Amino acid sequence: MIPTRRTLLAALAAVGTLASLTACGGGSSSSSGSSSGGSGGTYAFWDPYPQFNASSAWGKLVTSCGTKAGVKLKRTAYDTTDLGNKALLAAQQGNAPDVMLVDNPVVSTLVEAGILNKTSDLGLDTKSIQKNIIGAGTLDGASYGVPIGANTLALYYNKKVLSAAGVDPASVKDWNSLTAALKKVKGAGKKGITFSAINTEEGSFQFLPWFWGAGGDLTKLDSAKGVAALSLWKQWVEAGYAPKDVLQNTQTTSWQEFATGEYAFGENGTWQLGNAEKAGFDYGIINIPAQNGGSAPVPTGGEFVTVPVQKDTGRYDVSKKIVTCLTSDANLLPTDTTLQYIAPTAAVQATQVKQNPKLKPWVDAVAAARGRTSGGLGTKYPTISQPMWTAVQAALSGGKSPQDALATAQQSAQKG
Amino acid sequence: MTIARVDRPRRAPSAAAGAGGADASSLRRRHRRRSRLTALAFVTPLLAYLAAFYVYPLYRNLDLSLRDYTVRSFVAGDAPFSGWHNFRTVLDDPTFGPAMRHTMVFTFVSIAFQYAIGLALAVFFNRHFRLAPTLRALFLIPWLLPLIVSASSWSWMFNSESGVVNYFLHFLGVSPVGWLTSPDWALTSVIVANIWIGIPFNLVILYSGLQNIPAELYEAAALDGASAWQQFRRITFPLLRPVSAITLLLGLVYTLKVFDLIWIMTKGGPGDASSTLATWSYQLGFGTLLPKFGPGAAVGNILILIALVFGLLYIRVQRRQEA
Repeated sequence: MIPTRRTLLAALAAVGTLASLTACGGGSSSSSGSSSGGSGGTYAFWDPYPQFNASSAWGKLVTSCGTKAGVKLKRTAYDTTDLGNKALLAAQQGNAPDVMLVDNPVVSTLVEAGILNKTSDLGLDTKSIQKNIIGAGTLDGASYGVPIGANTLALYYNKKVLSAAGVDPASVKDWNSLTAALKKVKGAGKKGITFSAINTEEGSFQFLPWFWGAGGDLTKLDSAKGVAALSLWKQWVEAGYAPKDVLQNTQTTSWQEFATGEYAFGENGTWQLGNAEKAGFDYGIINIPAQNGGSAPVPTGGEFVTVPVQKDTGRYDVSKKIVTCLTSDANLLPTDTTLQYIAPTAAVQATQVKQNPKLKPWVDAVAAARGRTSGGLGTKYPTISQPMWTAVQAALSGGKSPQDALATAQQSAQKG
Repeated sequence: MTIARVDRPRRAPSAAAGAGGADASSLRRRHRRRSRLTALAFVTPLLAYLAAFYVYPLYRNLDLSLRDYTVRSFVAGDAPFSGWHNFRTVLDDPTFGPAMRHTMVFTFVSIAFQYAIGLALAVFFNRHFRLAPTLRALFLIPWLLPLIVSASSWSWMFNSESGVVNYFLHFLGVSPVGWLTSPDWALTSVIVANIWIGIPFNLVILYSGLQNIPAELYEAAALDGASAWQQFRRITFPLLRPVSAITLLLGLVYTLKVFDLIWIMTKGGPGDASSTLATWSYQLGFGTLLPKFGPGAAVGNILILIALVFGLLYIRVQRRQEA
């Protein structure tokens, strides 16, 4: 008797210690007000901006949009990587928020899960939004959200480092001239370029301008064009033009490297502009060059305002008012200024450039940008992106040749 | 359970001494039933706790791994039963082999070093010299630090560009090593960090085990002319065996599931050079924009199974020791 009981207990203990690993986070605190539509009541609002509290400009805007719609808007901020899974869990429990701001590549996943309403069903007007920006939230011709703003990538450069190495930033027009510039910088005893090649979505986001700049196609990762892009990165790391730790760099740590003033170039986003002013050296911005000259297509970043499906369809009227308020031209301007995003409408972009002429190259870059999930990829994108960042890691760490790494990636992308 | 019984049944006959014999037996029965109810009331919280926090999550995890979950069926809750399909997907995946190998290397190398160093330190501190308690307390620091802090610190120290480890190597004339960026070194680096974190646990348990070894044995051995090494081999090590066994088993279960340390330091990279079953399970379930709950749960279950096998092995060994 005793041995069996002990067996059971020990087995339970062994299992129990592991259970913590497998218990996938339970339903989190989420509250969609119980009172039905009409005036009054509480509406739930989720966003991925934990850096802004209730007293920030963004927090106040959210509250005021709720008040204008005649309801109390309860805002909850999640970490951006967490928000997609939280939304899925909440939808499964039947308590999705009324309005939710999500990162654009997540939109297609949520649409696949069947938890987002079409903007046309809600009667939202999206005509003024730039086509390529709303593209990331468009599936089979229907859009499922309104972009709050867009950001993208470009090359920041350190003027002092470049002039010391005798490089004219205007001479950087294609990959060859960029590599030549990096060589000169290294010869002058400084460091070349830093970027993020980490094994998460961030790594794919940073690799895409080069992949697309070579003419690569995400459905054929191992084409000669894709291999050319990965070979470029590998060549830089091997020649010491880029540091080895790009493999670990997030976009934030990559920025910190650039901010040391040692690096000539840093691939980073619109959202670093505020930090660039504080960096303490003269900087400039050029668009990421394509392989044979011209600007490379860059991926769009930024969030979409979405309206998750509710059992009580009477709530949509108020939700629509809230979305319209958040994405009105008058409100987009301060929001995108705070977030350091480029507005999704031409009218607001013009005002932004008037206020800050330095934004001009960014507006151009956004105009040339593509959604990662655009072009009919939708939820295929995540199953391509993960093998792609794994291939980048495998090639840059010296484990595999770019050709082999991308061939493996293509195989697992096809399996889905 | 023993507390609940508080020899009430024994007192019952004396209380009912005046009444008839039949009455007494029914009273006894009632008393017995009440004491059983009391016992049940004491056990209920434990059972409820086990059900809510062990049985249900395990059941959910098994359910997840046996159904074909897509994001849509996850939300709708109508995922079709797919039997062993998820397990087959996972076993056929080219990541499985390396992840399994890394898990085993990570676990056994970590434990071997943690145990050896922990035991050496425990024996060292058992000599009760001055400052021993202070030093022992200092050795506990890795255990007290939040894992995010220690893992981030190790990650900075091992940074290939600006890390302090490469800085010292530079002084010794060694060219920089890509601790976390080279596929040859990444697994070694996370193992080193994990050993550092695990030593205090081994030290504390083995040290308390040493306290239980009677000092007379050592005195007698010393009188018989046994050397320090002989004392360790013939007295300390054999008498420490039960404590060692539990230390190793607990260490094994802890180390098998280590996730946060690896995730913070390398995210299983570069490529999958340091991915273990634990990080792979997370990667599948939460690491991409399109979660694959089924295969993720399947990997988790495989991990549980491995831990279970070792747990049963421990029980077997222990029973043989007692016999």
